[in-house]
Amino acid sequence: MEDVLILSIESSCDETAAAVIKNGREVLANVIHSQIDLHTLYGGVVPEIASRQHIEKVNQVINKALDEAGVTLDDITAIAVTYGPGLVGALLVGVSAAKAIAFATGKPLIGVHHIEGHICANFIENKELEPPFHCLVVSGGHTHLVHVKDYGVYEILGRTRDDAAGEAFDKVARAIGLGYPGGPKVDKLSNEGNPDAIVFPRAKMADNVYDFSFSGLKSAVLNYINSMEMKGEEINRADVAASFQKAVTDVLVEHSIDAMREVGSKRLAIAGGVASNQHLRAAMIEACGKEGIEFFYPSPIYCTDNAAMIGVAGYYEYIRGTRHGYDLNAMPNLKLGERI
Amino acid sequence: MKILAIDSSGQVASVALAEDDTLIAEYTVDYKKTHSQTLLPMLDEIKKMTELDLSSVDVIAISNGPGSFTGLRIGSASAKGLGLALNKPLIEVSTIEALAYNLYGMNEAICPIMDARRDQVYTGVFTFNKTGQSPYSYEFITLVEPVPLDISELISKLNDMGRDVIFTGDGIDVYKEVIAKELKVPYSYAAFTGNRQKAGSVALLAMAKASKGEFVSADDSAPVYLRLSQAERERLEKDK
Repeated sequence: MEDVLILSIESSCDETAAAVIKNGREVLANVIHSQIDLHTLYGGVVPEIASRQHIEKVNQVINKALDEAGVTLDDITAIAVTYGPGLVGALLVGVSAAKAIAFATGKPLIGVHHIEGHICANFIENKELEPPFHCLVVSGGHTHLVHVKDYGVYEILGRTRDDAAGEAFDKVARAIGLGYPGGPKVDKLSNEGNPDAIVFPRAKMADNVYDFSFSGLKSAVLNYINSMEMKGEEINRADVAASFQKAVTDVLVEHSIDAMREVGSKRLAIAGGVASNQHLRAAMIEACGKEGIEFFYPSPIYCTDNAAMIGVAGYYEYIRGTRHGYDLNAMPNLKLGERI
Repeated sequence: MKILAIDSSGQVASVALAEDDTLIAEYTVDYKKTHSQTLLPMLDEIKKMTELDLSSVDVIAISNGPGSFTGLRIGSASAKGLGLALNKPLIEVSTIEALAYNLYGMNEAICPIMDARRDQVYTGVFTFNKTGQSPYSYEFITLVEPVPLDISELISKLNDMGRDVIFTGDGIDVYKEVIAKELKVPYSYAAFTGNRQKAGSVALLAMAKASKGEFVSADDSAPVYLRLSQAERERLEKDK
């Protein structure tokens, strides 16, 4: 069978990225231009600034990906691009560029769901992993517990009702003066703290036990800091970070394991930026070990926003026959598993 | 010289194909759909209708600002993608100058006004001077460079200039009343054959730039917004 080469583009938030993927699992190139330094000035991603950066860098990352892969556009089978969810202005840069390239070359165009991309990042380094399996997606914008029934077939078992897990990390990090981005900084500081020093709440939803809520936890942390300040007592930032992180981790692990038990699933994967969190990984490995569950996780480079994962998801969509027209639009609120 | 021209700087989406003295195709849509839904399908329609072999295109002309930030980026990313895939250079054209080109050959003061909100317009003032014997020999004169201006400031500039003015652009609908009240010189409004962005005008202006060798690489091309993002403006205000 002839090789299928996917050129993929990702610009949903603050990374401009392009990749070339061979036959769905082999990364020939994975180029990421991160804008994080720019947004650090503002304490978070500024959509207009992100969009302006994407347009400056989009051609460079695509050319670099093709160069690193040692291929030209002629060798490419299809163009895949993230079309949602994400920041609409940011998405539109990648979508518009991808459409123009598809139009100019006559190659098929495939719109990819950003979170489906994160899930598919697990296929890159775990060649034996195939659906069905469960996947916990945790990032700055998303918290989803998903049953991956087949390639491109997803059932959402639980999702966050308010803040995403990564968002809670950012907000708590800001409150204890760690700055942006919060996830890696909280993770690091937690090493020096006692995770049982402060008991923060673990939210459980009555109507869907697999849903998440992190805004109450975030408020509890902020209230704790305020009340300590009122009392004129010094807070131990490492204890706050460790105790907060433990509360998040406990909920993520418990919901995942409960969902696996319910259907007797024996394979769990994790995806998204927060999947790089060392404490979360360790807790998952321990819990899965006890349950006899095989646990999969991508390297940090495939956890952050990247185009390789979009190329992998794009490959399986290509095989399934998904093709988009030149009227493909950015869909900032695209639902997981939705096909537009 | 075969030029593919794109303008999605305002509410109108427009694409055109021009070769030397001929406008082979122009497709302009002023409709509620987003540029992301219209621009490429329109280009595809032109390609099919004119049996265009895309590799025969010499240059992509892009109206690269000022204008709607998102609209500019949809046009820019499309032009950059075409340039990358076809391995062709781009010519960047000011949206304001391209609007003035809608009124090619007029010797009044041509004043494009695009609504920039906050009582401002993206504007400029231009005119054409007849030079030489050829019927095409006009010189494009810039009286005021493209700039965001308060509408009242623009009007006082035009009053000082003392020339007859023709306005074009979507700012007409927004600032009609202010203009009627404050402008002292004779003025008129372009009709709908020339009062919105037209990719044909972008192509015409690009021809002039091509003859001067003003090409840019698809990789380096980016919109010229003439305005910082709100976050940047607020940060600078705070630092003052």
